Amino acid sequence: MKANYLELSGVGIEFETGGKTPFRALQNVNLKMAEGEFVSLIGHSGCGKSTVLNIIAGLHQATEGGVILEGREVVKPGPDRAVVFQNHSLMPWLTVYDNVALAVDQVFRHSKSRAERREWIEHNLALVNMDHALHKLPSEISGGMKQRVGIARCLAMQPKVLLMDEPFGALDALTRAQLQDSLMQIQADLGNTVVMITHDVDEAVLLSDRIVMMSNGPAATIGDILTVDLPRPRDRLALAEDARFVHLRHQVLEFLYARHGVAAATDTGAKPVSAARVLAVEGCDRTDPVGRSAGDSRAA
Amino acid sequence: MADAIASERGAETLALDQRFEQIIERIHPQRLVKALLPPLLGICVFLGLWQAAAERIDTSLGQFPGPVQVWQQVEGLAAEHQRARDKEAAFYQRQEDRNAKKRAANPDATVKWRDYTGKPVFLDQVQTSLVTVAAGFVLANLVAIPLGIVCGLSSGVYRAVNPIIQTFKPVSPLAWLPLVTMVVSATYTSTEPLFDKSFLTSAITVALCCLWPTLINTTVGVAGIDRDLVNASRVMSLSPMLHVRKIVLPAAMPMIFTGLRLSLATGWMVLIAAEMLAQNPGLGKFVWDEFQNGSSDSLGRIMVAVLVIGFIGFLLDRLMLALQGRFNWDKQAVLR
Repeated sequence: MKANYLELSGVGIEFETGGKTPFRALQNVNLKMAEGEFVSLIGHSGCGKSTVLNIIAGLHQATEGGVILEGREVVKPGPDRAVVFQNHSLMPWLTVYDNVALAVDQVFRHSKSRAERREWIEHNLALVNMDHALHKLPSEISGGMKQRVGIARCLAMQPKVLLMDEPFGALDALTRAQLQDSLMQIQADLGNTVVMITHDVDEAVLLSDRIVMMSNGPAATIGDILTVDLPRPRDRLALAEDARFVHLRHQVLEFLYARHGVAAATDTGAKPVSAARVLAVEGCDRTDPVGRSAGDSRAA
Repeated sequence: MADAIASERGAETLALDQRFEQIIERIHPQRLVKALLPPLLGICVFLGLWQAAAERIDTSLGQFPGPVQVWQQVEGLAAEHQRARDKEAAFYQRQEDRNAKKRAANPDATVKWRDYTGKPVFLDQVQTSLVTVAAGFVLANLVAIPLGIVCGLSSGVYRAVNPIIQTFKPVSPLAWLPLVTMVVSATYTSTEPLFDKSFLTSAITVALCCLWPTLINTTVGVAGIDRDLVNASRVMSLSPMLHVRKIVLPAAMPMIFTGLRLSLATGWMVLIAAEMLAQNPGLGKFVWDEFQNGSSDSLGRIMVAVLVIGFIGFLLDRLMLALQGRFNWDKQAVLR
């Protein structure tokens, strides 16, 4: 286990808004992650959580500071930092199998034979319990299943870091719990390094080794980091009445609502929303290559 | 064994019969009337109005043709077609006989073979028009689709090309035609030409006019691809070619087809004008010749051409729709 596996140092980002001054979304974000660690990012909408994730993914370029993964600076997106998007982002015209195959054929086209790749695709789909629907189109399976396939596609790329942008945000509570358990199991087996954005305090405490709590934007930064030292494997039923779990949960809630309250969020949060809108419009104009994800920062 | 096959066949035909019955049952007479009545009524009213209006219009070529006169011209054209085909057959028969006789007299004799050079009949002209519009359409889209994809992917290229698109898009085919005619005459100087110059001129003019709808729609379709899909592709680090093949093309397919349909409709409209002036032996030339001919049948015959042009345009659109259904990944999509 390397202690400084993923390192964000002094990361800040500004977006051109078309106005006189650019919009500063993030400022001085510093974070060091160990290999195999599970870190959640939590904060109010518009605080730039997704922007942090997109910078790690290489989809956004930090205006200052940078990201170092295993001793190398991140300059562009790549399969070593696979992203699970909130709305699954499966190609609707490809079957479940072909969606994963698209990634696997790209990453392992030189290192695995055709048969090995097929086995690897099926293995990863079995990992998320989706081996029963290999030849279905995304429109033919449920939202939770789609997200499972999205996770399988990312796992199949064998990323150094798995980035998850509110992966279970669009799912109903029961499906979400099932997928959280699956993710915990997979992470325990494979030892993935994971950065996950979430709005869900229970989810953050249940899954994470550390919870990074972000202050409100503009110029958002890391407000506090909470270490979750609950022993693994974790069981959601047992934890629900566990005093340490309840205490950790309370600490996150206190950060979100007492120290960085909702009133403050609507006050200062108004700016990032409008700025993000401008960005989204520019995205249509194609001046910003990842306009949509910049626009998403308002949702995060 | 044979019995088994026979009984299986019997079951099959039984199943077919049942299905047929089901279909018949599903077609309720009431529903059929409901479905067919409005369009039939519409057509009848139109024919009535046409007849009434035609009776009141007197031109120097006689009264404007009503539906009945036009139908007579359809029959006339059919008879003309038959006569021309008979004449052609007779011509080849005579030639065959002559050559056979020659060969009988002297086995080494060189026999001449001449193609029939009679006046093209209406159906030949329809065929020429279809071939010409197809050539122009294909030519245009060989340029428009790739260029549209590049414009959709790169805002720089789009901004470079957009002013040119916007300038040339509204230009009438009649403005292009003299230029195209001169350029074709100057550059296409083969001694054994594969195509007629009039064909090339018409096809290129069609291409110049039906380039734009596909180009613009492809650009919009490609630029409008879901950002998340594009980001997913970037994370996978797909090569540009693979990105276009696996993500851009399927995602933009509905818009590309919208463009193609508009394009074909424009092309077909433009073609008639182009053929009139370029004297390409198609429907346009038919209309022009009838107009110049100025017989008492001319207006009726032109009206036949008008209806045929419209009907073929409708069929071409249906054809594109069928193709779209074939190529679209989303088989559930409702196509209109």
